[in-house]
Amino acid sequence: MLFPEPEPASDWSVAQVVRYLKELLETDEVLRNIRVHGEISGCKTYASGHCYFTLKDAEAQLSCVFFKYARQRSAAPELRDGMAVEVSGRFSLYERDGKMQLYIEQVELAGEGALATHFEQLKARLRAEGLFDEERKRSLPLAPAVVGIVTSLQAAALRDMLRVLRMRYPLTQVVIAPSLVQGSEAPAALARALDLLNEHGEAEVIIIARGGGSIEELWAFNEEIVARAIARSRIPVISGVGHETDVTIADFVADYRASTPTAAATRAVPDVVDLQATILAYQEDLGVLIEDYLERYREDLEGSERRLERESPRSQLERLQQQLDGTIETLQSEIRYRFTLQEERLKGATLRLHSLSPLLTIARGFSIVRRDDDQRIVTSITQVQPGDELAIQVADGQISARVTTR
Amino acid sequence: MDAFTAFSYEEAFEKLEQAVSALQDGRLDLEQALKHYEEGMRLARHCHHLLQQAELRVQQLHITDDGNVESEPLDLA
Repeated sequence: MLFPEPEPASDWSVAQVVRYLKELLETDEVLRNIRVHGEISGCKTYASGHCYFTLKDAEAQLSCVFFKYARQRSAAPELRDGMAVEVSGRFSLYERDGKMQLYIEQVELAGEGALATHFEQLKARLRAEGLFDEERKRSLPLAPAVVGIVTSLQAAALRDMLRVLRMRYPLTQVVIAPSLVQGSEAPAALARALDLLNEHGEAEVIIIARGGGSIEELWAFNEEIVARAIARSRIPVISGVGHETDVTIADFVADYRASTPTAAATRAVPDVVDLQATILAYQEDLGVLIEDYLERYREDLEGSERRLERESPRSQLERLQQQLDGTIETLQSEIRYRFTLQEERLKGATLRLHSLSPLLTIARGFSIVRRDDDQRIVTSITQVQPGDELAIQVADGQISARVTTR
Repeated sequence: MDAFTAFSYEEAFEKLEQAVSALQDGRLDLEQALKHYEEGMRLARHCHHLLQQAELRVQQLHITDDGNVESEPLDLA
């Protein structure tokens, strides 16, 4: 006890009685750790990060304080008026105002499947608004020079993503916009980080990611403020939240939903191995293509050489020579033919001549008489005068004679 | 000094693709064809080189006192 046991009727100061009440509240076994359900109203969050609201039901109300440190530690959803919640915390008294308050450690949406209901309602509303439409999805760059990442600097997920990016596509530059990824302040922080990357403007694709956790831990990614920030991002967004089975509102709005942070990093950049293979294939293409060219030009050249040779003086000469040889050959055979023909004719003529030869007649006893002076054959008596010398040819020789009479 | 060494990977790769498609067009004279071939091969080597040399750079965004967004190198090691 801080104070001595007071006399029941003694004169207390305000401070004394307030401290006495505070002491009572804080030492009470029930009030020290209590769960209360009710509806939130008058919810207000200050720049300090502290959140104040009234928890009420139909008959009464309670002042509640949700300090920044407690909000960050909890996986509380973003609080709004009208929310049915179940809170846990301890009672104490704010001395300055003499006001009894419930200091909250944890807030959960009340009732069976309250989170799921909240999720489905928001999903339906945003879908109706067209935020999930396929036409809104932007295509991702093939090889981004700069990749933006929204996540916590402390997260193992960040290290995983950087490892994947380094392995697959070390040419890229990574720009990280650090953010809380769980707790009541996470939604606003995530949205701010997305806006910041857009303002910076260098990233060609943004990964918004968080490693696996409970549904409460991933809840920030189901908040409307995050969905809207993704939707208004001018830079395409890849979501990679939790494990394969976790689906968040952020996933529906994102231009591409990857199942995990690692998968998101994989999707964001090409694989250097594929790039190298492509370059090698191009090198091969270049080799084949230039070989084709060379072959084609070689053939053209050879064709030209052949044509040139055909047209050269030497080959013309050869051709003429050959022509001449042919002509000579023809001529020679023609001559031979004619010669043979003449020979045949001559032979025939000789034979005929021979058969007509007077010598044959002479041999049979006839003779030929010629005038001796002019060798003319005498066929009439008028050709001779007495005293003319005659030559008489007989088979075996010639006789000289003189005309005596006629 | 090779003029291509100043090219970024993206530039070099794009020019490599151009060289290949120019050759595929098939209507170049021999000198042009050889020029594209040699350029293409040099670009390919440059791309390989860049891929082998590259090291992931990691930066962090922050807001300056006068409200601008800036990035600075981040060492997570």
